[in-house]
Amino acid sequence: MTGIAPPIAMLAELTHRCPLSCPYCSNPVEMALQESELDTDTWVRVFQEAAALGVLQLHLSGGEPASRRDLVTLVQAARDAGLYTNLITSAIGLTERRLAELDAAGLDHVQLSLQGTDADMADRVGGYRGGFKRKMQTVEWINRIGFPLTLNFVLHRHNAHQLERALEMALEMGARRIEVATVQFHGWALKNRDALMPTRAQARAVTRQVEAARKAHKGTLVIDYVPADYHDDYPKRCMGGWGSTGLNVAPDGQVLPCHAAQSIPHLRFDRVQDKPLAEIWHNSSAFNAYRGTDWMAEPCRSCERKTVDFGGCRCQAMAIVGDASATDPVCIKSPHHKALQAQADDHAAQGDAPFVHRTAPGAAREPAE
Amino acid sequence: MLAQEVPALPRGVRLHFDKVREKWVLLAPERAVTLDQIGHAILSEVDGARSFGQITRALSEKYDAPVDQIAEDSSGFLDALRNRRFLDVTA
Repeated sequence: MTGIAPPIAMLAELTHRCPLSCPYCSNPVEMALQESELDTDTWVRVFQEAAALGVLQLHLSGGEPASRRDLVTLVQAARDAGLYTNLITSAIGLTERRLAELDAAGLDHVQLSLQGTDADMADRVGGYRGGFKRKMQTVEWINRIGFPLTLNFVLHRHNAHQLERALEMALEMGARRIEVATVQFHGWALKNRDALMPTRAQARAVTRQVEAARKAHKGTLVIDYVPADYHDDYPKRCMGGWGSTGLNVAPDGQVLPCHAAQSIPHLRFDRVQDKPLAEIWHNSSAFNAYRGTDWMAEPCRSCERKTVDFGGCRCQAMAIVGDASATDPVCIKSPHHKALQAQADDHAAQGDAPFVHRTAPGAAREPAE
Repeated sequence: MLAQEVPALPRGVRLHFDKVREKWVLLAPERAVTLDQIGHAILSEVDGARSFGQITRALSEKYDAPVDQIAEDSSGFLDALRNRRFLDVTA
């Protein structure tokens, strides 16, 4: 394929290890073992290759990136390569001293996850007692250093009522931005749709609250919003279009077009250990599978929105319709749209369905569904 | 933006020359804004010390253009950055 624009952003999933066990974790259900994680030197080379390819924004994520002992070295190497370096963290594993080292290494920005607005909710969702308290302590350290801060409030049926407080907390913490991200149903979240699916009424109320808050806090707090897409009529523009703006490197070096791409069974992924990143971006069969619009069938092919949302999410089409090249069933033009809306209402009505918390990489998993 | 207001790039927002695309960009938390020549010229003058009025006068001399025109061209751009929290402004 020719004329492929370079990527702007790279998500580096440094590890799948995490002290938390959120039931909506975006890591795949089959997680990479610690022994298979890329070593420091390989990550450093990948950062240099990414910058040379055109990546500007590097998101250091996981799992919990602070679980990597070499995090400070990696941040330093990313900055040396010329990348804008963003740490996506739960705060667990960050000490005041480590944050000072990250500051000295040139870390640009911190995105902090928020599982709930009080210890009861946050620690129940995260499955980690004391996590909320440590998070609040870490915010003080972050602010003392002066890192720009974004809060990421992952919203679902159990904590949607805490949105107002989450917005207040963002303002109190001096965060410049908050992401109000309704759970997307990939990875572990797919197992937890009964427990997490917001009701249609909640989804509507959240949208109204976000709109009001955007007006009220204009110029003070930027609000990025991911609505509950099962309840929506048009799909999200996933990844800004497959293979168009971003790529994801998994802990074991596999290069993915999005973090859930391994859920599409026929895709084969190249590894950074075997090929240069630029070659993978341009030539990998997984990246070219759904790039552009040539792969589309109807109703996408003749749709006026085909370059607006690129047919929505390939992984969602796979998960729900069983065909990764189908129109995202969220779309009102999909023959599966009505069934999905009914299914969403069913999930949302399962009041006290228990959480299936994610397990640790390599740990025994719960019996197959 | 008012003439007496002082714009400044906050921590975590910086100018960067994108060697691959051969363009100046403004890097900010999880965002990259491609700058045109005017945008780059204005932001290059933003130092956190001089007021918007001083900056537009400097640009007016540098590019031999009317100061009102420069203020008009750049005010909306800076206000948009301010609304996205990519620019701090003090009175």
